[in-house]
Amino acid sequence: MEKMTAWERVTLARLPERPKSLDYINGIFEDFIELHGDRNFSDDKSIVAGIAMLKKIPVTVIGEQKGKKAKENMERNFGMPNPEGYRKALRLMKQAEKFNRPIITFIDTPGAYPGMGAEERGQGEAIARNIIEMADLKVPIICIVIGEGSSGGALAIAVGDRIVMLENSIYSILSPEGFASILYKDSSKAKEAAEKMKITAQDLKKLKIIDKIIEEPKGGANEDFETVTKRLKMYIIKSINELQKLSKEELIQKRYEKFRNMGI
Amino acid sequence: MVIDKVKKVNKKEESIKNEKASDMLIGKWVKCSECKEILYKEDVHNNLSVCPSCGKHFRLSARRRIKQIADEGTFEEIGTNISTKNPLNFEGYLKKVEILREKTKIDEAVKCGICKINGEKAVLAIMDGNFLMGSMGSCVGERITLAIETSIEKRLPLVIFCVSGGARMQEGIISLMQMAKTSSALAKHNKAGLLYISVLTDPTTGGVTASFASLGDIILAEPGALIGFAGPRVIEQTINQKLPEGFQKSEFLLEHGFIDKIVERKDLKDTIYKIIKLHKSSK
Repeated sequence: MEKMTAWERVTLARLPERPKSLDYINGIFEDFIELHGDRNFSDDKSIVAGIAMLKKIPVTVIGEQKGKKAKENMERNFGMPNPEGYRKALRLMKQAEKFNRPIITFIDTPGAYPGMGAEERGQGEAIARNIIEMADLKVPIICIVIGEGSSGGALAIAVGDRIVMLENSIYSILSPEGFASILYKDSSKAKEAAEKMKITAQDLKKLKIIDKIIEEPKGGANEDFETVTKRLKMYIIKSINELQKLSKEELIQKRYEKFRNMGI
Repeated sequence: MVIDKVKKVNKKEESIKNEKASDMLIGKWVKCSECKEILYKEDVHNNLSVCPSCGKHFRLSARRRIKQIADEGTFEEIGTNISTKNPLNFEGYLKKVEILREKTKIDEAVKCGICKINGEKAVLAIMDGNFLMGSMGSCVGERITLAIETSIEKRLPLVIFCVSGGARMQEGIISLMQMAKTSSALAKHNKAGLLYISVLTDPTTGGVTASFASLGDIILAEPGALIGFAGPRVIEQTINQKLPEGFQKSEFLLEHGFIDKIVERKDLKDTIYKIIKLHKSSK
């Protein structure tokens, strides 16, 4: 694996041309049918979700979607979900459980959207609800951080049996800029913060937060999308096979222990 | 913002190093951050730290909260062996915690235990805003999880008093994972058919709001508490305008359907007792 500073990885993780959730969904799965809406308020375009086939396995896929160009980014709210996004994800995860389909989630967000509407519609509750429900879903869940995984906005679709990161993705409590502004009272110290925060795949593997690092080519996943997709696909299939051997009770108990052991 | 004002009051008191340093009312006079009335501190203190003039609920230390909620002498603390860790080896963090412990005589941002509430046994977890803004790191997450697991094991109702600025930054991703840990424990608690009452006090924000605070079977709140995920300043920066009066306050959350009931401090113990008793009767 390449040696890079944390900040260099932050830069790669945020590259506009870096493959996004829909690229991976279309690259890994067949017959993806996107499904929309939370059945309550609206359809949040910063989260895409639907059903698809993986070899011969029907699956549910969910991903936080950033845009590559300015216009698409506006449409996608820069990948920052509102409560409806989490609720759409939860609706489709419960549906996956009903039809006994494994769930694959792709995490790529600068964080939950800090807007007035998001608060009015209870984004704290929406994130909390996703976490508690995901802890108890009786189907395998594989969570893949593909770019930026920041704050509760990431965790809201990242409670699963396997937590995976692409080599140049980052996963953190909040952005290095936010961290620097809180702890150093200076958001321009983001670079320095990034090195201290332990946000790279390598650091998080050491901290036992993630299970696996998927290697990327030099220069990032955009340099050789096919290879990265192939690696991801192999890993997902292998993991689903492993997880499907467990009884539902074992699956949930192991998931519980996984998060139970994080920290102390 | 109310928090800022309350914080300022706290700062003034920081120099006082006795066991009451965590309480905001020391000295003789205090100005209410809400109605600006100059109040005799003892009056406020004797009024459960509620402004006798306008009813503003000031912050309470865990120690005083326990006194108000648990029957005298019944609180048996658990989880005291769990202490702050520094998983990211963040420079100066443990030193800061050490100094804070010395100053406040509080060992972390939550106290958990088993107690009686008007004779009804319950597991009680009380966060303390005087310790790094009640932020949740691995110690808080672990203690809360222990409280939830104790409640499951002993089949007791669970009551958590929340006050938090959110996740503890110094512990980075480990703090984020405490949201998953505590919520997963609540999933088990839920399956066990047990009662969980969450009480939101000023302020309850960030990662605590986005985990156990929002997952009570019944969610109560003190009047005028700031409750939200994103902090008001962050939202104001995002939308580039001032937030309307009362935004993210208890009353606002009640109106939007995110809490069950606003309860004044003087009625909290009885309300919690009645809810616990009702659930006991239905078994």
